[in-house]
Amino acid sequence: MLKLEARPEPSRAWSYGSPVLALVSTVLVGLVLFALLGKDPGRALSMFFWEPVKSGYALGELVVKATPLLLIALGLAVCYRSNVWNIGAEGQYLLGAIAASGVALMAEKDTSGWIVVPILLAGILGGMVWAGIAAWLKDRFHTNEILVSLMLVYVAIQVLGYMVYGPWKDPLGYNFPQTKTFELATRIPRLFSGSRLSIGVLFALIGVAGMWVFLFRTRAGFALQVGGLAPAAARYAGFSSRRALWVAFLISGGLAGLAGALEVAGPIGQLTPYVPAGYGFAAIIVAYVGRLHPVGMMFSALLMSMFYIGGELAQSRLGLPKSLTGVFQGLLLFSLLACDTLVNYRLVWKHKLEGR
Amino acid sequence: MDSYALLIAATLNAGTVLALASLGLLINEKAGIVNLGAEGMMLCAAIAGFATVVHTGSDTLGFLAGMGVGAIMAAVFGVLVIWLNTNQYATGLALSLFGGGFSAFAGVAYVQARIPERPQFSVPYLSDIPFAGPALFRQHPLVYATILMAAALVWFLYRTRAGLVLRSVGESPESAHALGYPVRLIRLAAVVAGGALCGLAGAYLSEIYTPLWVEGMVAGKGWIALALTTFATWRPARVLLGAYLFGGVTMLQFHLQGIGVDISSQFLSMLPYLSTIVVLALISRNPRWIRINMPASIGKPFYPGS
Repeated sequence: MLKLEARPEPSRAWSYGSPVLALVSTVLVGLVLFALLGKDPGRALSMFFWEPVKSGYALGELVVKATPLLLIALGLAVCYRSNVWNIGAEGQYLLGAIAASGVALMAEKDTSGWIVVPILLAGILGGMVWAGIAAWLKDRFHTNEILVSLMLVYVAIQVLGYMVYGPWKDPLGYNFPQTKTFELATRIPRLFSGSRLSIGVLFALIGVAGMWVFLFRTRAGFALQVGGLAPAAARYAGFSSRRALWVAFLISGGLAGLAGALEVAGPIGQLTPYVPAGYGFAAIIVAYVGRLHPVGMMFSALLMSMFYIGGELAQSRLGLPKSLTGVFQGLLLFSLLACDTLVNYRLVWKHKLEGR
Repeated sequence: MDSYALLIAATLNAGTVLALASLGLLINEKAGIVNLGAEGMMLCAAIAGFATVVHTGSDTLGFLAGMGVGAIMAAVFGVLVIWLNTNQYATGLALSLFGGGFSAFAGVAYVQARIPERPQFSVPYLSDIPFAGPALFRQHPLVYATILMAAALVWFLYRTRAGLVLRSVGESPESAHALGYPVRLIRLAAVVAGGALCGLAGAYLSEIYTPLWVEGMVAGKGWIALALTTFATWRPARVLLGAYLFGGVTMLQFHLQGIGVDISSQFLSMLPYLSTIVVLALISRNPRWIRINMPASIGKPFYPGS
């Protein structure tokens, strides 16, 4: 029978191969699913993997969606590498969006474009505060950060609801629960005219480079990861686990908040109840599929962005529900986790008799 | 007075959803497995149960469908975690993310669907007692069954040999393995049983409690159920108590709105989540107390001697 045998050391080849294999199996399941639904699998496939890359404009849109995913995933990777289980990035993203909106709403007709700076800072701060609550409760009361960070997502959604139904509701907005459209000055500067690509992309790229240096070239980044892999060794070396907890939460909260600010002051342009798009959860998948490596996450963020765009196209052109995206995201993470077994184990054929 | 009777009745009703799921998760955790997929399993079971009732008109079939879906999803999780040694947290999270997407996808056709009005359940004679009748004795039979289930779980875990084996698998899988118990199969059985109970909770939610299907309708109850096992320091009776407590908090928001308290509905809706956080902080304050009560091998993978 087939048995798993531990490898002497993790296979490097499989640690790259596993995400590819996971993607292939997700696509195969997807094709079967489309066939079962009576849709042309080839056409569906092209919506996910060809339409998003077929023109310059489409590529731009792909990057626009990948940007928040990448920013959030960069922060989550720091958390997961240091064994801090922040799964509430969605809430930190929302608080970033809310705080940034607070500043953006102060803008008037003649406000200078520099207001973008305080908008982004407010976003970062908002995300940090929200993440800081989870860190503080873990540090002070040893509460489980998984549950607290997740509960805070639901609280954040209610805070958003309160703001758009209450104090920030646009008085001239026909009673829709949304703020007024932000002044043009608050808009995140775009890179080219005719594309929605903004300087957010640059932040994400700087984030990738910065994260690479932090994780692999600084003592602080090293200490953080040792704490994650071997807490006892980290204690012995004098690395503080409390420090790691705070650093991981604040970095990831700040980045998620930045992503939120870039979204509301960028493509969305106002605060609405539709700001939560599940980026905070999708970024968890981005982080894992990208092997928690800054460069890997660039690719996985683009892939996840394809899932979003493909899902929207499948909705408008094939009449399939948009939630298809969520199905594929979940499938991808599932198959990745299963395929990852091959990194640490090899499949061997053993006869029942020998050993036992 | 009557409104308080209704509040108590609603509390029992809401608490039952949490209690079912949390008792299921308790069985998992006693065997050493944490399944963060509760939310996803409940969502998929909710739509499975609801759709079954729409098509067959049978509540019982709906409950069975929900339990089946929960058990199947838990089995997939179990095989990954127990045999392929994947990370329990990440795998459970994958289950929740998948369940959220899949239930929304499968439920699109049922968003407007209605299920027929059912006669109100009532315990003969007892339900006519003033106050206590409407407060306690006009519930769905599953509400009472849940209480019995908690009692049965106490008996099973602490009074039977099988329960002892289950607990030993969660405390020290190595010793259980050395004694010749099939640790992995026992863990899988616990995970599947837990999934079935989460499924029942989801089906109860969409068939009886609401009763309708809305995307994402579990709204964090799976996560609150997870928090409840810690809150209860892994004791079934306290799980039940905690579930009613949180059921009460959920209902309090509607009650306060009903009597016209001038607080924004959003702040009232935060109550269950905020109280989960506060309660977790209070209970976790003393790490030693948690460590004494927590199954020692919770969340840790087990490789049978190779």
